[in-house]
Amino acid sequence: MVIYLLSISVVATIYAVMALGLNVMWGTAGLVNLGLVGSAAVGAYTSALVTTRMGLPIPVGLLAGVLAAVLIGALLSLVTTRLKDNYLAIVTLGFAETIRIVASNEIWLTNGTDGISGIPGPLRAVLTPLQFNALYLAIVVCLLGLVYVVCQRILYSPFGRVLHAIRDDDVVVGVAGKNGRVFKVQAFAIGSGIVGLAGGLYAHYTSFIAPDLFVPLITLYVKLSLLLGGVGNNRGAVVGAAIVIVVLESTRFLVPLIPYISPTQGAAMREIILSAGLLIVLRFRLKGLVPEAHDHLTVRPQQNTAGLRPATT
Amino acid sequence: MDVLQLIANGMMAGGVLAVPAIGLAAMYSVLRFPNFAIASHATAGAFAGWIANASLGLPVLPSLIVALLAGGAIGLLTDEFVLRPFRRAGFITTAIGSLALTIGLENVVRLVFGNEMRGYDLPLARDVVLAGIHIGPQQLQNVMVSVVVMALVFGFLSFTRMGKAMRAVADNPPLADIKGIDARMVARIVSFMGMGLAGLGGMLIGLDSSIDPLTGFRVMLPIFAAAVVGGLGSIPGAVAGALVVGVAEELSLLALPPSYKSTVAFLAIILILAVRPRGIFGREAY
Repeated sequence: MVIYLLSISVVATIYAVMALGLNVMWGTAGLVNLGLVGSAAVGAYTSALVTTRMGLPIPVGLLAGVLAAVLIGALLSLVTTRLKDNYLAIVTLGFAETIRIVASNEIWLTNGTDGISGIPGPLRAVLTPLQFNALYLAIVVCLLGLVYVVCQRILYSPFGRVLHAIRDDDVVVGVAGKNGRVFKVQAFAIGSGIVGLAGGLYAHYTSFIAPDLFVPLITLYVKLSLLLGGVGNNRGAVVGAAIVIVVLESTRFLVPLIPYISPTQGAAMREIILSAGLLIVLRFRLKGLVPEAHDHLTVRPQQNTAGLRPATT
Repeated sequence: MDVLQLIANGMMAGGVLAVPAIGLAAMYSVLRFPNFAIASHATAGAFAGWIANASLGLPVLPSLIVALLAGGAIGLLTDEFVLRPFRRAGFITTAIGSLALTIGLENVVRLVFGNEMRGYDLPLARDVVLAGIHIGPQQLQNVMVSVVVMALVFGFLSFTRMGKAMRAVADNPPLADIKGIDARMVARIVSFMGMGLAGLGGMLIGLDSSIDPLTGFRVMLPIFAAAVVGGLGSIPGAVAGALVVGVAEELSLLALPPSYKSTVAFLAIILILAVRPRGIFGREAY
């Protein structure tokens, strides 16, 4: 039971890291990304391959994963920064699907749909499962703290203020003499890198990754975390991720209580509950539990809730 | 493989893909958000058609009408009760909502039918060979169905009062409002029509192989690619885009394994946005 609690804490922490990454892109700079899970997959696969195939230590793997995710985020962003939101949504979703298809097909590299197993975890061989989970939790919490501080710095730095300005009105940013496109690419790359880190952490924790893990539903979980916690707000992102994982895990126990339900139906039921949850949160609690702080912001139109861009036609 | 055969296959696949792509384009032109729920509605239509065909024993054509009506009815209901309230919060919130909706509905289908693949009850028939090109009679019938449906859609948009009202709202919502066109009614009609076409398209695609809860999701990227290549929101564009994507997917078989077909759709999106963001017939993407 303790191991189970530790393991959901680890997963929740990893989701919190992803939520922070999304917050840099979406919450701060207002960039839509429905392909978050693609960055996580890139980070996870890179780290897994570097440590298993090349036998390099885990920190090197994680770093390589982050760099790969930064690179792919920057690349995707370079192609898409000029696009309107609607197109960005389509392209990013397509990007994540494409990553998944590539991971399923390039068997020589990724072992296809069978996935990569035996990914090393820190001291997994010498520790008991309990100790390993405790150690890993400590590691991910430290990294979450680090990412949190970095994100917080970004939020309040001049760089972050430009990102905020881009979100609220990117024409004004151009008038002020800032090259909005460069900032958008940077925000996207940083966010993607953070999500890639989360992917790598996940791979080393579970020791197994497969393309089926990186489905769009994960992107929605992270979106849900951020929406619950409050978009544009790092504290909210962490709180939101914790709530999502607790709810997600509790459905694991509740759903089998429904009589005459098969495992497939149970899994379907859980996803229905979660997507319905997301719809309800989107519909009724757009500001989240921890609304965005106003102290460092200047003018914000009142109806522009949730840090989403105002609807302009 | 013979290039001509691949092009013929691509034209037929594209002809079928055009049906949901038109639905997506129609919905986008009026409601102005990328409706990802098209995937689950295509699946729902395919399963409704399967019930009519395999369980109730109806022939294929009436089953296709069942798929159309089921997709349309579910589309109307979900738009009215789930997606419509989102529109005030912005296009992107609505798009995310539609993605959540598509996953939710897909799992409702999974809850009821399970994960196994199901096939339609089709009469066995020999391929038609025309100038060395093999064409399955079922494929031919699918293409004919989609041509008839497209003709009906164009007729509806060009000659009926409601179709004209729909185009007016797509073109200039405030002006349409001044002229007394009820935007809510138009939204309902376009949701019914768009998702009906998605349901029909889902079954047409399923007729070629088999269906499972992921049927719609698998073709979502090609559908969006067709709409983007043609110019998001343009209905003739969606037809042209679908043919381009269909042929490109088949021709990719010359160089890539079949499982990369969806990737071709993604590349088509990226390429067209880089070269001609308006698509073939559409509006600005920037």
